[in-house]
Amino acid sequence: MDFEGPLVAGLQRRGASRPDNRARRATGITIAVLAGVTIYALATMDLAGVNVPRAVSDTLRNFGTVFFQPHTHRLSVADAFVEIVMTLGLAVLTTVFGAVVALFLGLLGAQNLAPKAVTNVVKGLVALIRAIPTILWVLIFAVAAGLGSTAAVIGLSFHSVAYLTKAYAESFEDLDRGVIDALRATGATWWQIVFQAVLPSSATYLLSWTFLRFEMNFANAVAMGAAAGAAGIGFDLFMASGFYFDLREVGLVTYFILATAILLEVAATRLKAKLKEK
Amino acid sequence: MFSAQADVFVRRRNNSVFFFGLLGAVTIGSIVLTQYDVAKGLISFAKAFFWGASNFYPVGTSFRRLPDILVKLLETVLMSISATVVAAVPSLFLALSGSRSTRIHPFFTVCARGIGSFFRNMPLVAWAMILMLAFSQSPLTGFLALFLGSLGFLTRAFMETIDEVGEEAVEALKATGAARPHITFQAVLPSSMPQVVSWLLFMIETNIRDATLVGFLTGTGIGFLFDVYYKSFNYHAASLVVIVTVIAVIGLETISNGVRRVIL
Repeated sequence: MDFEGPLVAGLQRRGASRPDNRARRATGITIAVLAGVTIYALATMDLAGVNVPRAVSDTLRNFGTVFFQPHTHRLSVADAFVEIVMTLGLAVLTTVFGAVVALFLGLLGAQNLAPKAVTNVVKGLVALIRAIPTILWVLIFAVAAGLGSTAAVIGLSFHSVAYLTKAYAESFEDLDRGVIDALRATGATWWQIVFQAVLPSSATYLLSWTFLRFEMNFANAVAMGAAAGAAGIGFDLFMASGFYFDLREVGLVTYFILATAILLEVAATRLKAKLKEK
Repeated sequence: MFSAQADVFVRRRNNSVFFFGLLGAVTIGSIVLTQYDVAKGLISFAKAFFWGASNFYPVGTSFRRLPDILVKLLETVLMSISATVVAAVPSLFLALSGSRSTRIHPFFTVCARGIGSFFRNMPLVAWAMILMLAFSQSPLTGFLALFLGSLGFLTRAFMETIDEVGEEAVEALKATGAARPHITFQAVLPSSMPQVVSWLLFMIETNIRDATLVGFLTGTGIGFLFDVYYKSFNYHAASLVVIVTVIAVIGLETISNGVRRVIL
């Protein structure tokens, strides 16, 4: 259960288990509450005068156009490829910037390496960054930098920092406490412990989490291209659908994004399997 | 002996030199390609903080907008919960038919994985933009976009949960001669329920953040409200939207963690 990351990994208990009555009742109550809220939400949803059956049939027809008649119009296949590479470039930048900052914050956030007061501050900061949606971070920075790639890169890096800090800190905490104590007893400094023991032994995990974040950042870069005018394929998606209403080109762009995302997913799975072998 | 050890160190150093060299080259390539201005990025990062400290906070008059903001926030939260719960139904069905421990035939695993991968990797923006053409600026657009976006993630999460939890239960019950539907609905499903609920709660948190993006694009919910204040330069009201969103997300996270502690 490690595909989505450190944010939930710690919350999943491994293996089959016999839940006690209290747990079983709580599970039931949670499901009942969620179902009740859902029914209430659907019953009170403001349809804003949309003719639902017609909209559904229109949408299905639109999906048909998108998925079965993709076509190049304004954007050639070569253009689309360049735009994909551009989006991957944005994802690289946000991941690298995020990883560099997160490496330091992760060391300060690991309970076996930093005092509790410091880890608490880091954890609070990470929770706050995560709670603000990416698009809002990007727009806040866009006031200073203007809409475009620069604001998108800084805004997206923020969420990368938060995610990777948590992932890195948890990887560092996996290191056996005895190793650190032993090194400390020999008079090793904090930096020596970090560079000679902590980083080498957790390097494979760090790489694995970072690539996972890269995969997520590609999806985020597409979204920011559409929503905040960042460069890349996301912007083409926005123009094709929101500006030209050209569904066949939306289809082309969608297939390009889908193919890239699936390739990244396969690469991530391969990388993880390879790292596990080591 | 010594030389063998030296080789290990040399190889290790060469490996890391190669890795960081490649990483540096890719990073510089990306900077050139995307025309990202490093200096401008750093300057605007600092500028944004000064600007935020002097402009981006609510003032007395922005609290008059609080009722409007809370209405939209409630709409967004309800939309996220209902989209997640509705998506969970087909996802659970797909996961049960595709999981190693409950499937009827390995072919279904391939199907379920394929469907899951398709929906997981489809850009949310594409769903939102296509849906908006027919459903226009109604909350249904956001609901359906989040629904389609959640399908893939939930299918995969549920499938891994059932794979993991199911195996033991299935082996034990198969030995007693229990029929497959009985095993699935009496043993596998109940014992994976706590983790299924845990994933649901996680998806709801994610969807609230994504709902902001979808709302921004399609003109619904809290994302739209932020957009309106933002584009009319009413940054005080916009900051109130951010604060209210943060409180809602952290509040939901706290509730979810509390529930998880009891059920897992």
